[in-house]
Amino acid sequence: MKRGALLALVLAALTVLFIAIGTLHPNASARFFAGGEGLLSSASTPEAAARKLGSEIELRAWQRAYNSLGNKAQFTEQEFFHDITGYHESLRTYATLESYEVFPQHATASDADVQLQLHWSTVVGSFTDTRNLHLVRNGDRWVVDWPLVRSKVVPPQVIAVNYLRWDVIYRGAGDDWGIQDVEAPHVRIVDMHPVQRAAGVVILGELLNEDIVPAYVSVRATLQKKDGTPIASEGSFDKISHILLPKQVTPFLISFPNQTLADVGSIRMEPISALVSASADPVIEIQNQQLHPIPDPALTGQLENQSGQIVNVAHIITSFYNQTGQVVWIADQYTNRALMPQTPVPFRIPIPEDLAHSISSERTVVATYRARGVE
Amino acid sequence: MRIGWIAGIASLAFWAAGAAGQTLQVPKSVVAGAAISIPSTGSGAAEIYIVGPAQVLHQKVQLGETITIPQGALYAAGRYLAILSGQSVRGHWAFDVTPSPDLEKISFLARPSRLPVGQANGVSGTVYLFDAYGNLILNPVPVTFQYAAPGGPAQERTLTTRDGVASVEMNSSSRQGNANFVAHAGGVTSTRVVEQVPGDPCSLKMTAQPAGNQILLKTDPVRDCSGNAVPDGTIVTFTETQGDRQTTVDVPLKQGIAQVTVPAEPGARISVASGVVLGNEIRWNR
Repeated sequence: MKRGALLALVLAALTVLFIAIGTLHPNASARFFAGGEGLLSSASTPEAAARKLGSEIELRAWQRAYNSLGNKAQFTEQEFFHDITGYHESLRTYATLESYEVFPQHATASDADVQLQLHWSTVVGSFTDTRNLHLVRNGDRWVVDWPLVRSKVVPPQVIAVNYLRWDVIYRGAGDDWGIQDVEAPHVRIVDMHPVQRAAGVVILGELLNEDIVPAYVSVRATLQKKDGTPIASEGSFDKISHILLPKQVTPFLISFPNQTLADVGSIRMEPISALVSASADPVIEIQNQQLHPIPDPALTGQLENQSGQIVNVAHIITSFYNQTGQVVWIADQYTNRALMPQTPVPFRIPIPEDLAHSISSERTVVATYRARGVE
Repeated sequence: MRIGWIAGIASLAFWAAGAAGQTLQVPKSVVAGAAISIPSTGSGAAEIYIVGPAQVLHQKVQLGETITIPQGALYAAGRYLAILSGQSVRGHWAFDVTPSPDLEKISFLARPSRLPVGQANGVSGTVYLFDAYGNLILNPVPVTFQYAAPGGPAQERTLTTRDGVASVEMNSSSRQGNANFVAHAGGVTSTRVVEQVPGDPCSLKMTAQPAGNQILLKTDPVRDCSGNAVPDGTIVTFTETQGDRQTTVDVPLKQGIAQVTVPAEPGARISVASGVVLGNEIRWNR
């Protein structure tokens, strides 16, 4: 009983002590959220001014960030906000600034150039937004001129879209046994190739919808030992274009981390397909695709939305082939800005350096997502 | 342990005694749904339980009279046990309830419900024959299958069911459209509609013409090797290659053709494909 009272007394004393320490010496983020300036460094140097802006963006303190800009008269706070979070619903809208880096480029006594790299995280991976900032000295402070990227304005027009749309009526729950449902789409794996990578076994392949109806597709693979017992089973997850229109082909990639190809006797592949409502619109043209060699191997290009609707997220998936036409790698990338009609958006998909020399051609597909649902 | 043995032996003796008494004259086999009359001997009140795979009946009876099970009371086919329990008599009798020979319903499964034209043995049909009570009719019954598709003569085959099931395979014809797949047995007919769809595009051909500073690429009407129009929505891929740069676009067929504009690049090589089928190639020299 005495011990319990003593413990309670000690805990109460410690609580009072910690509250006192937190009040007298709050950490930076607590001070900021309490209305102070704590988290944000001063703008006494160009780097510090850029860091201060990065912190304000990280904290989503849009008004404070906008007010600190030297060229704010050239655009509104709304435009500044939409430049960072996207003018239309896109991956940027739901991204969180994970970190930022500042790289001084050039400085004089009165002005400076600094590169600000904003590292954003999203549900489908991360992306980096690089902005080259120009800073001007104003008394003992440096102010940032924000390089605003304005939204492309599409001329007012009517775009007639009469592409096909498929709707599906499934059988009802109360239908008799023997009453048939609509047949699931027929899909076929047209290429499959397991490779050993440092992280484990990777299965590369391509899937064809050979039917006349759209299909929701996925692929599952099971590694088996030489005696047929399963080692591991994985799915393609998002490394595939899930909606396939008739005669459309998608690459797929299935990863088996920490597995060794030498242990694998056979692989069981299970393509999965289901009927799904879909639309043949929008059509996305992939322009100026170009393979770049070492030291910075990548596929670059531009996506152009030929439809009249805004595409909120585009998923670009590429199969890379060697000279004999065999798939040697599959990589993907999401666009972080929405695709406006008839407005090219650049993309860049990095290629592993050790594979770059063997790649001689590629094939790219684009899956599109609109805010009201997958199409 | 010893008590268990004694109880088991006593139970066997009890059942043997009951059956040997022949208090009831239960038929060896009855047809599902039929009324049953079971003459009994002896006297006094008793109870009869009829236990089967899908139902249990209970009835109070007077020994010495005929026990009647009304029509439709025993409907599920299978092995049954009639158990009689009274003050002076106990026993059990096994009997079978067999499916009614009168065919009432055909369950007809046709697979697939959609297939390309010109597929040998591409459609399979399987029938299961049932009586009025949903019992699978195990006796052999002749079944006629007919597959009538556009662009070809109707195919007909007659088979006999085995253990209540018969299946057949048919060829899809060369023309797209709905085919009627009919199974007919004992005056009962069941129909399924099979959709015959065009096959892969055949001899895919495109043309190119200038459109300002772009090239308008357009396919000829896309057809399969039997001459059926490939359905709208089918994806056609155009690829323009110029040096180390490439432009691709997946275009759905619209009104039988696919068309798209791509940047005009002198010396560009342009190809067209759909699924695994390659079309012609054009070199743009303007």
